[in-house]
Amino acid sequence: MEGLFNLTWLIPVFPLVAFATIVLYVRRWKNISSYLAVGAIALSFVVSQIVFWMAISTPHLAEAPFHSVIRWMNTGQTLLQMGVMVDPLTAVMLFMVPLVCTMIFVYAIGYMHGDPRYSRFFAYICLFASGMLGLVVADNLLMLFMFWEVMGLCSYLLIGFWFEKPSAMKAGLKAFLTTRVGDAFFLMGLVLLYGQTGSLAFDKVLSPATLQTLANTMLTVPFFGAVPAATVIALLIFGGTVGKSAQFPLHIWLPDAMEGPTPVSALIHAATMVSAGVYLVVRMFPLFHAVPHGSAPEVVTFIGAFTALFASTIAVAQNDIKKVLAYSTISQLGYMVMALGLGAYVAGAFHLITHAFFKALLFMGSGSVIVGAHHEQDMMEMGGLRSRMKITFWTYIVGTLALAGIPPLAGFWSKDEILADAFGHGHILAWAVGSAAAFLTAFYMGRQIFLVFFGKPRSHHAEHAKETPKTMVYPLIVLAFFAALLGFVGVPEDFPVLGHLLGNPFHAFVGEAYAPGHVNWLVMGLSILLASGGLGLGYLLYGRTPLVAGQPDPLARLGPVYKLLKNKYYCDEIYHLIFIRPVTWLGDVMAVVDKNGLDWVVNTVGRSTAAFGTALWRFVDVPIIDGAVNLVGRSGDVFSRLWGWFDNAIIDGAVNAVGAATSWLGRELRSMQTGRVQNYLLIASVNVVVLVLLYMLL
Amino acid sequence: MIPLTWYLVLAAALFCIGLYGVLARRNAIGLLMGIELMLNAANINLLAFERYVAPNSLVGQAFVVFNITVAAAEAAVGLALIIAIYRSRDTVAVEDIDLLRG
Repeated sequence: MEGLFNLTWLIPVFPLVAFATIVLYVRRWKNISSYLAVGAIALSFVVSQIVFWMAISTPHLAEAPFHSVIRWMNTGQTLLQMGVMVDPLTAVMLFMVPLVCTMIFVYAIGYMHGDPRYSRFFAYICLFASGMLGLVVADNLLMLFMFWEVMGLCSYLLIGFWFEKPSAMKAGLKAFLTTRVGDAFFLMGLVLLYGQTGSLAFDKVLSPATLQTLANTMLTVPFFGAVPAATVIALLIFGGTVGKSAQFPLHIWLPDAMEGPTPVSALIHAATMVSAGVYLVVRMFPLFHAVPHGSAPEVVTFIGAFTALFASTIAVAQNDIKKVLAYSTISQLGYMVMALGLGAYVAGAFHLITHAFFKALLFMGSGSVIVGAHHEQDMMEMGGLRSRMKITFWTYIVGTLALAGIPPLAGFWSKDEILADAFGHGHILAWAVGSAAAFLTAFYMGRQIFLVFFGKPRSHHAEHAKETPKTMVYPLIVLAFFAALLGFVGVPEDFPVLGHLLGNPFHAFVGEAYAPGHVNWLVMGLSILLASGGLGLGYLLYGRTPLVAGQPDPLARLGPVYKLLKNKYYCDEIYHLIFIRPVTWLGDVMAVVDKNGLDWVVNTVGRSTAAFGTALWRFVDVPIIDGAVNLVGRSGDVFSRLWGWFDNAIIDGAVNAVGAATSWLGRELRSMQTGRVQNYLLIASVNVVVLVLLYMLL
Repeated sequence: MIPLTWYLVLAAALFCIGLYGVLARRNAIGLLMGIELMLNAANINLLAFERYVAPNSLVGQAFVVFNITVAAAEAAVGLALIIAIYRSRDTVAVEDIDLLRG
């Protein structure tokens, strides 16, 4: 049975092969392309499930993970290796990623129907899935980084998929450049780590001995003095997370990324790619906490908590249905990052998994709403979709309650675990910020639900909305199932009745080495109160007296605060002022310098060269050089006449003689070729007889 | 018991008849039949040598079975070629089939 682990490397290979096949061969047949993509991801899903259940049934997998490597390339004295590793964290990611991907692929069949670049879309998402799955099974940071970049590329291609729209094109570029800033830090971290330890494999880098060495090695950092190497490396790697998982201050790309097709938003910006950043922190968790009381976890906690609150306040004032979800994603990712900074390894990983399910569900639900409402994305133009899109409505409700943290749905258990950990570790500030973000989350989700689904339609499009095709609705149901029930695998063990019954399998599997979380009734009660309070406030403002067409948002009464939130704290404008404006200004200055200064220099050099040339011609060229040239020319003439005679008489004669001899021989031998089989046979037979006679005589 | 030489003489005679057929017949089908005769002469040789020189070895018989198979395949391909030629040139006379004449 252990042998089944050997299938692991196949998981990212299936979508990769599908990508190559679609691009090279079947691009022209749209249906075949999409079926191939879905088939490939389904195969990956099946293999992942096999590996997952194998991992579940293997005792002590955390201490002795499955690991298999092949040699990749020799570089100087070191040998780079490629390999796959399955430990409990990989296993749960393998449960989540292919399942969500499969649902999204099926959904995309319906959503992308009729798109002129249908096949290309499926090719891209195949490549993307391959990148994500490869990242999950990779056994070293170098491979992880490569797959990470593959995903970055796909994200660029997919966000700018409808590149006829200038906004989509710009959003793709923005996402690519912004995440690249983070990736540059990540790469620096890798280089530093490799320089310090000589390896990038997880089992070597994260071994206690190496971590101890890293924690004790001091590096001199400008402005900060001596800092442990572990802290520097951890923070540089965290830079990659900040870019990829859209944490403040690199969060600006994710809301714009909503320009891409909705399956892409669900795939990249909810379930998989953005969680890759969090996955990286979970994976490198021991490194972050290598230095006792180090500053790396503090920074991580701060960034996470700040992002969680910051993004959820922006989400409150957005009107685009997908932008609300985008900011909500940023905020939830901040939650996970905060949890990991606090040392809540299991809670962070748990929230990562549950969030992927309900956020994918919400994104796909919003896509369903957008298609159903004839590509209307403004929530102010919707309303009353409850009766028109029943399945979408109910699944959306499940996703909303899960995100808001209403028991017993998945989001409640994972979010509460984070808050309880924060409270239990004495980080009261982090807990307070997290709770405030939880309240805001419940509020903006309530606002969204009441604006979109309740009341009366506020536009022509919403009035004629109808339910979307089956391929789009069924994945919603599957995801809603998981969004509702997945939380039960992580119920704290001391929770009455349920805790004893279920025994917290998630913690037992993923977090063997970590202390189990406890129920904190104060935290739990307060978080339920805040969640229902948020939803209730949403009802009071938007549900009790539904908005009618043209009525302003009740939040607008907040005045300048509302304006600030609606404009996302003017982040884009500030970045434009700080980064883009100076660069273009520098460019303008350079252009002026170029035109006036450089041109003068070039002209002067040109003119003096011309003057020098004229002088040279007059005084040196005419009298001296011309004489010499003429002499050489005449002697050359005489020599070439002699050579010409030799050429004609002797060399040509020889060549002609060879040619004539060849054509004479050809004429003579030609008569042998009668074209008749029997003639040839006769010649062959006669020759055989002659040979036999010769043999006998000699 | 019949001496080995007799078989060899028979085979040589058969081979010569076949060779004559191949060299002298005008009809392409006759030519094919000549080839068959030559192959069978070789078969007789193989069997005779097996029986007289290396009995109990079965090697000769195995060869003969192969030969027969190859001959059948050759006949099938040859006939197909002749039919194709007949369709395109309306003749099976070998002296008229001289497209490769130099």
